[in-house]
Amino acid sequence: MLLQLKQVSLSFAGNTVLHDVNFGVDAGRIHSLIGPNGAGKTSMFNVITGFYRPQQGDITLDGERIVKRKPHAVTRLGIARTFQNVRLFREMSVLENVMAGQHCRTRAGALAAILRLPSQRAEERRILETSLECLDFVDLLGHQDRLATNLAYGHQRRVEIARALATEPKLLLLDEPAAGLNSHEKQALIELIRRIRDERGVAVLLIEHDMSLVMNVSERISVLDHGSLITEGDPQTVQNDPKVIEAYLGQDDEELAL
Amino acid sequence: MAKSEPKPTPVSHVDEPELHKHDSHETDVHEPGPRNLFQRLYAAFESPGRRRALHVAILAILIVTPWISSQYTTVILTNALLYVVLCLGLNIVVGYAGLLDLGYAAFFAVGAYTVSILTQQFGVNFWAAIPFSLMAAALAGVIIGGPTLRLRSDYLAIVTLGFGEIVRFTARNLEITGGASGLSHIPEPSLFGWHIDSSIDFYYVFVVLAVLAYIASQRLFDSRLGRAWLYVRHDEDAAEAMGINRVATKLTAYVIGAIFGAIGGIFFSVNLGAISPESFSFQQSVLILLAVVLGGMGKIPGVILGAFIVVLGPELLRDFGTLRLLIFAVLLLLIMLFRPSGIWPEKRS
Repeated sequence: MLLQLKQVSLSFAGNTVLHDVNFGVDAGRIHSLIGPNGAGKTSMFNVITGFYRPQQGDITLDGERIVKRKPHAVTRLGIARTFQNVRLFREMSVLENVMAGQHCRTRAGALAAILRLPSQRAEERRILETSLECLDFVDLLGHQDRLATNLAYGHQRRVEIARALATEPKLLLLDEPAAGLNSHEKQALIELIRRIRDERGVAVLLIEHDMSLVMNVSERISVLDHGSLITEGDPQTVQNDPKVIEAYLGQDDEELAL
Repeated sequence: MAKSEPKPTPVSHVDEPELHKHDSHETDVHEPGPRNLFQRLYAAFESPGRRRALHVAILAILIVTPWISSQYTTVILTNALLYVVLCLGLNIVVGYAGLLDLGYAAFFAVGAYTVSILTQQFGVNFWAAIPFSLMAAALAGVIIGGPTLRLRSDYLAIVTLGFGEIVRFTARNLEITGGASGLSHIPEPSLFGWHIDSSIDFYYVFVVLAVLAYIASQRLFDSRLGRAWLYVRHDEDAAEAMGINRVATKLTAYVIGAIFGAIGGIFFSVNLGAISPESFSFQQSVLILLAVVLGGMGKIPGVILGAFIVVLGPELLRDFGTLRLLIFAVLLLLIMLFRPSGIWPEKRS
C-alpha cells in the first residue's frame, strides 16, 4: 500500500469533517474518491497533503509518516496535487509555472546562483528539460512562453497537472480535474490519467463528480459521506451498492447521473 | 439512480476562460496593440544586443564622469551608487519576495557599525572585518525575519518599522557604538597597497559595488531561488503544494537583502569616516523604499533609475532654494499618479 490513512479524524470548531477514516491507495493504481457535496473529499486531500492537521490518526506514504508535516515536505516525499479551482501562478509564464514543480528536486542556493557555478547551470538546464518534458507529456509544448492566465481553461488545467508531475511524485492527487471541461476534453483527460499511470508509474487519486468519467477510468472507488467512508470497491460493486445510492439521494442532477 | 437517464453534462464553458476578467484593464500590457511611449522606449532595450550596448555605454559614462566633472558631482554620484546597492537589496525583499520592509536602514546600520567597531576599536583589518559584518547582518535578518514572516504584509511593515527604530536607539545608547555622536576616525581601507581615501577612489569602489549588486540581482532573479520568491509572492499555498518552503524562501530573501544593505553600510562608513545613529533613521528607510517603488518594484533597471532620481532629484533642484523639497515632492506625486506601478514597471508577458 502506497498511501495509508489510519483512523483519521478532522474537525473544525466542533464540526466533524472526517470521522475515523481508514483508507489506502495502492502503488500504480487509479483510485477515485467520490461522495456528495460536503462529504469531506477535498478536506481529505488537504489532510493528506499537510494543509490541514487531523486531530487524530496516522498517515503514511511508503511506510513513512507524513501526518503533521508541512505541505512542502509532503510534496518532497512524493505526493503532488492539483486544486479544485485552478491555482496557477497566473502572471507567470506556463514554463515558469511548470518549473515550480522542480524546485523540491533541486538544491542550488543563492551563492551558487550569484557565482553561476557549473553545478548550478547544469541544474538549471535539467529543470528546463524536465519542465519541457512535462509540458510535452500533457501536450502543451509550444505554449510555454504564454502567460498562464491567457490560456484557455482546459489548457490551464493541464498546465496544473504538468506542474504537479514536475515534482516527480509517486502519487498524484487530482481535485475535480474534469470540472468545466467539454466532452472532448474529458476524453483526453481520461487518456492523460491512464498515461500518467502507465508511462510514468504514478498512482492517481481522483476526486470527481463526473460519474461516467469516474466509472470509466477508476480501478477502485471509495465513497465518502458525511466524513465517513461508506464503501469501497471496483466500479461495478460501488455502482450497485445501496448505501451509495442512499447517500446520493436528494443530491442535484449532476450527481444522479451515476 | 443508476437507471436514471444520463443527463448531458452542464453547458460547457470551455471556450470562454472567465479568468480574463481580472486583467481586462491592463490588456495593453499583455496583448499586442497600441503601446504608449514608455513601453516602446523600454521595449527598445529588451533585445540582448541593445542591452549589452546600453551596459557598455553606462559603464563608460560612469568611468569617465569623475574626470570631466566637479568633485561635488562625484560625491553626489557616489551617494547615488550607494543607493543603487541599497535599493537593489531592498528590491529583493520588497520587489521579489513581496515583503514590505519599513526598517531596511537597520541592516545598513548593522553593516556600518560592525565594521567600524571592529576596525576602529579592535584594530581588525578592514577586509577581515567584512565577513563578520555580513554575518552580523544575516543574523539580524534571521532575528527579525524568523518570528515575523508569518505575519501579513501590513503587520510585517509595522514590525520592521519598529525593528529599524530599535537598532537606531540601541546604537544611540550603547557605549561601544559611540552613543548619539556615533563613531568617527574610522580608518580608511587599503587594497594591495592602494590606500583608498580620495573621493574619486571611493567613487570607483561604489561603481564596482553597484555593478556587482546589479549582476548578483540579475543572476538571483534568473535562478531557482528567484523564481521561488515569485511563486511565494503570487500564491503561497500553491507554492507550498509544489514543495517550496515558504518560510525558508522568505527568510532567504530577508537575509540576502540584509547582506546587500550591510555591504552598502560597510563602505558608507569607511567613505565618510564617521557614522552616527541619525545616518540610519526611519527617513533613510523610507527614501530607499521610495526609490524602489518609484522605479518599479521587481524591475532591476527601474529600481536603479529610482535610486538615481531619489538622490539626484533634490540636487538638480538646488536652484529653487528652500522650495526644492516641495517641488521634488510634487514631482514624485505626479510620477506616481501617471505611472502608478513605477517608472519602469516589471512587465511580464
